[in-house]
Amino acid sequence: MSDLGSALDLLAVDPGLGACVRAGPGPVRDRFLAGLRAALPEGTPWHRMPAAIDDIALLGGIDLAATLAAGRPIAEKGLLARAAGGIVVAAMAERLPPGTAARIAQALDAGGGLGIVALDEGLDAEERPPAALRDRLALHLDLAAVPPKDAADLGAEDKAWDSARARLAAVTTPPEVIEALAGASLALGIHSLRAPLLALRAARAAAALAGNEAPGEAELALAARLVLAPRATVIPAPAEDPAEPPPPNPETGESEGEGDNTGRLADQVLDAARAALPPGLLTAMAAGALRTRESGPTGARQKDAKRGRPVGTRRGDPRAGARLAILDTLRAAAPWQRLRGATAGRVQVRRDDFRVRRFAARTRTTTVFVVDASGSAALHRLAEAKGAVELLLADCYVRRDRVAMLAMRGEGAELLLPPTASLARAKRSLAALPGGGGTPLAAGIEAAAALADQVRRGGQTPLAVFLTDGRANIALDGTPGRARAEQDAETAAARLRGLGCPALLVDIGQSAHPFARRIAERMGARYLQLPRADSGALARAVAAG
Amino acid sequence: MPPFPFSAIVAQDEMKQALLIAAVDSSIGGVLVFGDRGTGKSTAVRALAALLPEMRVVANCPYNCNPEDHGARCVEGCPAIGHKSRAVPVPVIDLPLGATEDRVVGALDLERALAAGVKAFEPGLLARANRGFLYIDEANLLEDHLVDLLLDVAASGENVVEREGISIRHPARFVLVGSGNPEEGELRPQLLDRFGLSVEVRTPTDLPTRIEVIRRRDAFERDPAAFTAQYKRQEAATRRRILAARDRLGEVRVPDSTLEHAAQLCMSLGTDGLRGELTLIRAARALAALDGAAEATDHALRRVAPSALRHRLRRNPLDEAGSTVRVERALAELFPA
Repeated sequence: MSDLGSALDLLAVDPGLGACVRAGPGPVRDRFLAGLRAALPEGTPWHRMPAAIDDIALLGGIDLAATLAAGRPIAEKGLLARAAGGIVVAAMAERLPPGTAARIAQALDAGGGLGIVALDEGLDAEERPPAALRDRLALHLDLAAVPPKDAADLGAEDKAWDSARARLAAVTTPPEVIEALAGASLALGIHSLRAPLLALRAARAAAALAGNEAPGEAELALAARLVLAPRATVIPAPAEDPAEPPPPNPETGESEGEGDNTGRLADQVLDAARAALPPGLLTAMAAGALRTRESGPTGARQKDAKRGRPVGTRRGDPRAGARLAILDTLRAAAPWQRLRGATAGRVQVRRDDFRVRRFAARTRTTTVFVVDASGSAALHRLAEAKGAVELLLADCYVRRDRVAMLAMRGEGAELLLPPTASLARAKRSLAALPGGGGTPLAAGIEAAAALADQVRRGGQTPLAVFLTDGRANIALDGTPGRARAEQDAETAAARLRGLGCPALLVDIGQSAHPFARRIAERMGARYLQLPRADSGALARAVAAG
Repeated sequence: MPPFPFSAIVAQDEMKQALLIAAVDSSIGGVLVFGDRGTGKSTAVRALAALLPEMRVVANCPYNCNPEDHGARCVEGCPAIGHKSRAVPVPVIDLPLGATEDRVVGALDLERALAAGVKAFEPGLLARANRGFLYIDEANLLEDHLVDLLLDVAASGENVVEREGISIRHPARFVLVGSGNPEEGELRPQLLDRFGLSVEVRTPTDLPTRIEVIRRRDAFERDPAAFTAQYKRQEAATRRRILAARDRLGEVRVPDSTLEHAAQLCMSLGTDGLRGELTLIRAARALAALDGAAEATDHALRRVAPSALRHRLRRNPLDEAGSTVRVERALAELFPA
């Protein structure tokens, strides 16, 4: 029995658990959804929700067309209300705006048996559904590694879902089960208390399916694999061999003293979770480099700006939060009045006439810092460069910008900090930046260009700030050699310019280096030299960019 | 499902204290709760509102007007003038991220304007929150102009709308509760200062507390009615405490020594403006009222000082030293043990 099948079973028994399914469209995902739908009782609501859903469609409101036709307000029911007791499949959940996620989270908190299956099609670690939603969905599944043949019979066989659903309310929760889940979540470094609660709920659903009165070891292990393991931020210390004397264990200080059945159960839960941790995560955590802290996208998108400087009107629906331009609406309706048979004193306005105001809002800027941490830079000026970046960071704080940070060192560029509004984190990652190795300038520029592109797709304005001595000596493919390296850097710089991303290059070399200036010209960047780039000039340059 | 009982919330004493103070004296200016996800922030707010006795409002009044406040003098154009009163639970209004200004302050009632040709005001969230709580999850991600607007209304107790040919002002007195996770972005310092109290919540990291949280939450979800009944007496006691404190608030004396210590504390911490002192005194007085004390002593002052001051310290945005530590250090200097 695969875990995927178990996850489907649990959802069928208790749809309110919710799931976050990471996978692109494909046969496995389709099979999973079809299997789940088949496993739910006949007539269970099943709705698909697009990421760009508006509030009225989500929460309900006034049906404008019907209201105008009837001359009195006609309400329409929102998707969440219609889906009560059933499943809402949130397509492309990684694109879900935080506001929509917040409303869904509210609906989940209010109870009512709403089940959300969020389909996460994100490609990299940063592209995730909003944290507010993920935190409330019990099962986190990754279908990427599941071969289609394993999913072929998902939900096909008829199981005792009906009787399990009936039994669910009667499943009891023994105290040692709670203790085991609480201990395991703590040892896995999971802060949110929702995680053990959801794990408990999953374990109870599993117990109902197995026909047990209370969750046992197998059910807890399953819940730990499906709910706790994907949220782990720390590798728990491996379970000690019982023959050895128990050494002091700071993580699970409590479980040592008890030593009875409860402690053993907690260990088993932990073992199950540990076994389910993805191998890549383990190495990343072992290196102490886990940086995937929760961070949601902030700020408004430019396209549907609802505030800012007014820039005329356009035809549109005033319900989705846009503001109606009354004069323009009436002006649009005026020519048609006779055709529409309007009587005196009464203007006939149809849906087509609506004009809404357009606004242009200043998008938020994301400043991408690319710091040269090579040996040559470290020797001279890395400390000063760090100081300069800190000044710039303080300036970003004032302007409420977001920042991202890339380091160039060794053989390539490394993303130190994905775009964030938390300046404290930026400072931490900068302070922890060691120097050494060659100058992979080309890789740094390439990475900055890719990040800038990603920022722009997110609806924000990128700004790249390079702090380098310009002594490129590592080519794009990681091989040393000055000539190739400089050539690659120039090509990359041209690409950055092609993106139209404003840039600033601060030369942190001991003396001005001609190649640094040339690269700056290639990428259309302003060029500043650190000795003269006092704090004020730097800040002004970034502000002007 | 009834809300989770306030008395059943495990630990998080500072948050509970701050919310109780805000419930006693709504002029304190709201509570900001910063901390991790899943620490019971929204649970506590909803629980507190459910704990408060139902309030009497003018029936059908969209602004939750108090019938005893001003008799027939509701907002001009309010359809409910002269209606009877009825009892409703204290509202907790959620302000979702991405809410538009129209939804928050209210706007021209489009349907009525078009269908009936009437220029009418459609009240927004601020009207619905009058005399209750306005809860903003992730206040740090809310757009600045909305936060500005909210704090302005929260401070003045009145919402003034001038738009689309509508000119209206209606009462909007509510306790503003904001929450958020500082890792995801900071609140502008000017706005921080406008919140009365600020609390930092942490997920409990000791096993027994976590077990207790899960045990209670599980018991509640399995049988809300029975669980709520179990805490009925404690809830009633807390309710009496709040109501008694509200009655007593005006009589609680603030001795000169407390005033002096509050001023000394703010001076040593270098807080800007006088808002820090004022909030400190008010919070100490509300806490004394909650305790049934006749005067706000230094003891009350010490207990509220971290909540009232930690977000008012002038700080380097990149400085990682916790403000809480600085407040505690200043307290230790002022009141040597």
